[in-house]
Amino acid sequence: MGIKKTYEEINEKIKKGKAVILTAEDVTKMALEKSPAEIARSVDVITTATFGPMCSSGIFINFGHPDPPVRMEKIMLNQVPAYAGIAAVDAYMGATAESVTDIKYGGAHVIEALIKGEKVELQAWGKGTDCYPGKEDIRYIDKGSVNEIFMFNPRNAYQNYSVAVNRSDSVKYTYMGVLLPRLGNAMYSTSGELSPLLNDPDLRTIGIGTRIFLGGTQGYVTWNGTQFNPEVGKNQHGIPINNAATIAVIGDLKKMSSAYIKAAYFEKYGVSLFVGIGIPIPLLDEEIAARVSVSNRQIETTIFDYGSSGKPQLGITNYEDLQSGSIHLNGKKIRTAPLSSIKIAREIARVLKGQISSGEFLISKPVQQLIK
Amino acid sequence: MYTRRYVLTFPPDKVNEPLTFHLIKDYNMEINILKADINAGKEGKLLLEFRTGKTDMEKGLKYLKDKGIEVTPVSKQISLRYEDCVHCGACTAVCFTDALTMEKPSWELNFKPEKCIVCGLCLKACPLNLFKMEFYN
Repeated sequence: MGIKKTYEEINEKIKKGKAVILTAEDVTKMALEKSPAEIARSVDVITTATFGPMCSSGIFINFGHPDPPVRMEKIMLNQVPAYAGIAAVDAYMGATAESVTDIKYGGAHVIEALIKGEKVELQAWGKGTDCYPGKEDIRYIDKGSVNEIFMFNPRNAYQNYSVAVNRSDSVKYTYMGVLLPRLGNAMYSTSGELSPLLNDPDLRTIGIGTRIFLGGTQGYVTWNGTQFNPEVGKNQHGIPINNAATIAVIGDLKKMSSAYIKAAYFEKYGVSLFVGIGIPIPLLDEEIAARVSVSNRQIETTIFDYGSSGKPQLGITNYEDLQSGSIHLNGKKIRTAPLSSIKIAREIARVLKGQISSGEFLISKPVQQLIK
Repeated sequence: MYTRRYVLTFPPDKVNEPLTFHLIKDYNMEINILKADINAGKEGKLLLEFRTGKTDMEKGLKYLKDKGIEVTPVSKQISLRYEDCVHCGACTAVCFTDALTMEKPSWELNFKPEKCIVCGLCLKACPLNLFKMEFYN
């Protein structure tokens, strides 16, 4: 008879301070000695995390009405254009939007400044209407002076990601970092066995409504992320071996910490945003226990040549090799480097574990599965 | 034997003197030129690796300074705002002298400026723009 636990039972244990919580790395170590059945029996929740550049991120912001009111049709924050085509004083600032004066500064920097509580210059213009007679609103705002700021990221926490190399004869500057010519290096993202969606490859527990750690506060999964692709081929361990599922997430920027949200600029590519996400996975049964025990060796991913048009596929590798510092491709040893911070991902997994242990963070059953 | 890396900055009127010849001949130095930026009539910079005995190293460096050459240890050429580093590892992809490596198992960035050859690639690789370099500019 396999073990079965419900979300309610696990939350009762959390509230009583009796739940056993491990990080995804810890449970992988435990699995060297224990069977999935034993793990499912002895562990209640594992915490997963990632901290990497996620371009498809941004914030909704409502500035509050100035006097006289302005129907804000064009908006800039610290010289970075925001999307103003929603209502009078609502806007969306995407992380990758670039300043009109400095291409190394963008929406991500505005987002980080707002989290830190810094003042940001708002410039807004409207044509003037009977109900919004004002034509201009220029002032400094901060997170305390505006109505709402919530982060809404259309595509985060990719379930696996390509390894980028460059076979051409020139340096390629990409969102995967600086790719040196003639297979000079290989860049990888995702935190491997610690990465959220790789620990729940069939998305049994991560779905719409799942409560998550987002940028230092509690947020939620709202939908499947854009470019969500459940059709990617899986290996014998059930792991999709290329970019697969994604999640759209939401959370209150006013409660976030700049330790877990950082602006970035990639040379000759542009601005992006490091986003810290942690997701708890309840061990409801043996099958989930087996999934969360996945190790870096079992997580394979695909190598692509970002230096050639069409990004041809060159081979398959795994995270144990990637994290060792070098991989072999076509008989050549290639230096590897990560793009996402394992150190900060581990910190998030530990912080989330602490929040669940203390009862301030309860697990939640998805309202609906992420099936496209 | 000692191995040290220095950046030599010399004024325009010294550019035409055969300094490296004297370092090799008079102070028994093995010299590896790692980077050079020399233009006639302008200030020049050389990044050199010296290998020689302790006494010759001291005498050779004194010879350069007496000639009006500014001698800076290479570790002073590069700086990193380490307190702001998120330890993503992107800079380690381009550092072939291993001045920048990921420490295992902590996955913290390990920064050894004395191994740097001032190539400048980390300036472009760091997504947080945390490196600064004298020679590079």
